Amino acid sequence: MPDTSKNTSPYTADRNIPGAFEGETVTRRRFMTGAAHATNGIAVGMIALPAIGFALGPNFKKLEERWEAVGRPDEFSPTEYISRTITVVAGAGETGKTTVYLRERNPDIDHEPEDEYNQYIAISTRCMHLGCPVRYVPASQRFICPCHGGVYDFLGEVQGGPPVRPLDRFYTRVKDGLVELGPRFSVNSELKRFSPRDPAQDLDALGQYLFPSRPTIRKIPGT
Amino acid sequence: MLKLPSVPGGAPPRPGTPAAEPASLKDNASEAAISALGWLDERTAISGTARWVMFRKVPKGTNWFYTLGTSTMMAFLSQVVTGVFLAMYYDPSPNNAYESMRHINNDVFLGQFVHGMHRWGATTMVVLIFLHMGRTFFFGAYKYPRELNWVIGVILVLLTMIMALTGYLLPWDQRSYWATAVGVNVFASAPIAGPYLGDFLRAGPEFGATTLSRFYAIHMLLLPGLIGGLIAAHLYLVIKHGTTAPPWIEAEIDEDLRKSEA
Repeated sequence: MPDTSKNTSPYTADRNIPGAFEGETVTRRRFMTGAAHATNGIAVGMIALPAIGFALGPNFKKLEERWEAVGRPDEFSPTEYISRTITVVAGAGETGKTTVYLRERNPDIDHEPEDEYNQYIAISTRCMHLGCPVRYVPASQRFICPCHGGVYDFLGEVQGGPPVRPLDRFYTRVKDGLVELGPRFSVNSELKRFSPRDPAQDLDALGQYLFPSRPTIRKIPGT
Repeated sequence: MLKLPSVPGGAPPRPGTPAAEPASLKDNASEAAISALGWLDERTAISGTARWVMFRKVPKGTNWFYTLGTSTMMAFLSQVVTGVFLAMYYDPSPNNAYESMRHINNDVFLGQFVHGMHRWGATTMVVLIFLHMGRTFFFGAYKYPRELNWVIGVILVLLTMIMALTGYLLPWDQRSYWATAVGVNVFASAPIAGPYLGDFLRAGPEFGATTLSRFYAIHMLLLPGLIGGLIAAHLYLVIKHGTTAPPWIEAEIDEDLRKSEA
């Protein structure tokens, strides 16, 4: 075996490696090792990437936008809420349903800009502390959460307890003489619309950047 | 009598046993057992490993607190066994999950008992793992050279907590649904990553059909394997390092040994 330890030439031929040929810089052993590692990497990737994609896929799939008729316009009053049960996720049976409180827009108390989506106000029952179901108590005209005592006023704004922002709302519209309930959106303490956020995610000041909106659910563009 | 190939050379004849006398049943049985173990040991060399695992020196002062780790592992094994049997009847689909749990509890022979073992066993495991962690902490058993085992233990605590969270959803009743909704929202309240983590756990922005099957797969396929592997690593290091003496035991210095080592 020729001594190759002192010769640091990049060419295998200069280093007297057996079988070397003109201009060769990568030894065949190194090439074999690299090729084996690359093959391994491709094989692992072929298994791992689809699996990761499969697990992460739902993070990029947008929730189907649903509109559901909930009643005739004359069923709703501007001074009191009535409840309706709607389906927010299709194909999940009872689990996909949620209760919503509805009333007609009341210009005396509803000061957010009027558009086609807020002629009726639809308040979500998801508490903005950690997502327990709130209920509307007509006697006090407040929404109360049973879990940790979150209290919201008639507009859904936080009156007390741990919730970080007002109750979510749903888009509403009137179509073919019926009131329809659409997708969910979140509001900050000024009742400005934001893409839906999970409970416990503040939307005032830096909140909207600390808790970014997600590809799975967005508010209706331009609203 | 079952005759397995014996070790080359064979066991020496028992002293005082006349060759002519017929062997008793007891002798035959022990002979067969020794022969079987010898056959196994010759092919696996497992007796050395078994001796290394089973016959360890334990420090003076070892007490009942040292059984907490084994107790936690036994709780895990009980969860594995009862979980396998529950999985035979459980249906992780949103329309049938509750009904299948009702079937287990009301119709299946001993179903409520096995479900109860799994449910209370889960609580027991969480309690035991924290007691074990407390023992390790207060006895200073996490110190050099056992830091890595402490880290593995902490990962096991976290995996146990995730196990508890994912398992809680599976009965699919009001309690489990809302408790898990709250649990996922706790995860989602982390800044920046939280919203995406919540979507990952729920498989979407709302609880749906995939949420339940996802929790089920994490609960009964992913985590048991991870926990089992980490318990093996944890035990290996315990055996490798040996256990620590309680902090109130003074070190005894053997003068003869010290002289011979010097």
